[in-house]
Amino acid sequence: MSKPKFVYVTYIRTTPEKLWAALTDPQTIRKYWFGITAECDWKPGSPWALKFADGRTADAGEIVEAVPGKRLVIRWRNEFKPELKAEGWSRCTMEIEMADYYPDFGGKAVKLTINHELEGEGTRFVEAVSGGWPKIVSNLKSLLETGSVAFDEKVHA
Amino acid sequence: MIDPGKFTTKTVYVIYIASTTEKVWQALTDPAFTRQYFGGFSIEVEPRTGGAFCLREPDGRVHMSGRVVEWSPPRRFSCTWLIEGMPEFRELPVCLVTYEIAQAGAAVKLTMAEAHSWDIPDAILQGGRTGWPAILSGLKSVLETGKPLDVKLAPPEGMVEAVKQAVAAKPWLSK
Repeated sequence: MSKPKFVYVTYIRTTPEKLWAALTDPQTIRKYWFGITAECDWKPGSPWALKFADGRTADAGEIVEAVPGKRLVIRWRNEFKPELKAEGWSRCTMEIEMADYYPDFGGKAVKLTINHELEGEGTRFVEAVSGGWPKIVSNLKSLLETGSVAFDEKVHA
Repeated sequence: MIDPGKFTTKTVYVIYIASTTEKVWQALTDPAFTRQYFGGFSIEVEPRTGGAFCLREPDGRVHMSGRVVEWSPPRRFSCTWLIEGMPEFRELPVCLVTYEIAQAGAAVKLTMAEAHSWDIPDAILQGGRTGWPAILSGLKSVLETGKPLDVKLAPPEGMVEAVKQAVAAKPWLSK
């Protein structure tokens, strides 16, 4: 049996450097993450946390790997929903690559792959992130390509 | 006509777009749009249940063909797919592709579901799993910025071989 996981791939018209900055800069994260932001120095072994605007911790963990412009791996656990916290640790890998493109058109794009996998057993955590990542990443893509997010209120849809 | 109840969803892709449901519907069904994000293919569709559907390559050849299973603008568009543009692929059973469009706050939620009627191997599903993110990321860029992404689409490694094996064994006939 493979571990419960969610994979989401997006292509964004940007550079790996700009995408890395958007994934790690707290002010930028807050814009596309519906008011939540990250507290972290993005060094391997450092603590990492996602915070609500009122200061409560949403998720916490530590940086496993951080290669600017290429790869970010976070050991990740939900902290604010007991039923999700009960499922324990997960590992989120964000990978940045240049996409193959049609050189005639010159439309270079960056491929972002998010792979979020639970270390143990359970379905709720992966279900929750399966709903969340498409919203967050769609917003991130809009922000990088147009300068504004697609929506700033998180909706249950 | 096929029975959608015999199909199982194997791949789902969700993307949120700063647009209106009507514009997302148009981007999915109007050749002037599909050409920009769907590998250069132009859609042709008879706007009714049971109508003919195809995606044409820039040189006019039919790449994909099928029948409309549901036509409910601007909420739901479902059709069968048969890949005609590549040898072997046209011998596979048709698959069912359904787009669902819904308002999600200030944005529009687009859900693509690809369903199959047989025990299709992962190596073949990988085609859609690598293709859809590129296609639908491109659709979002076209609607939000007016500019396509031009990400190259090609069958992933191992897919063509898996299709050849499936077509030789025809496991869908033994059920």
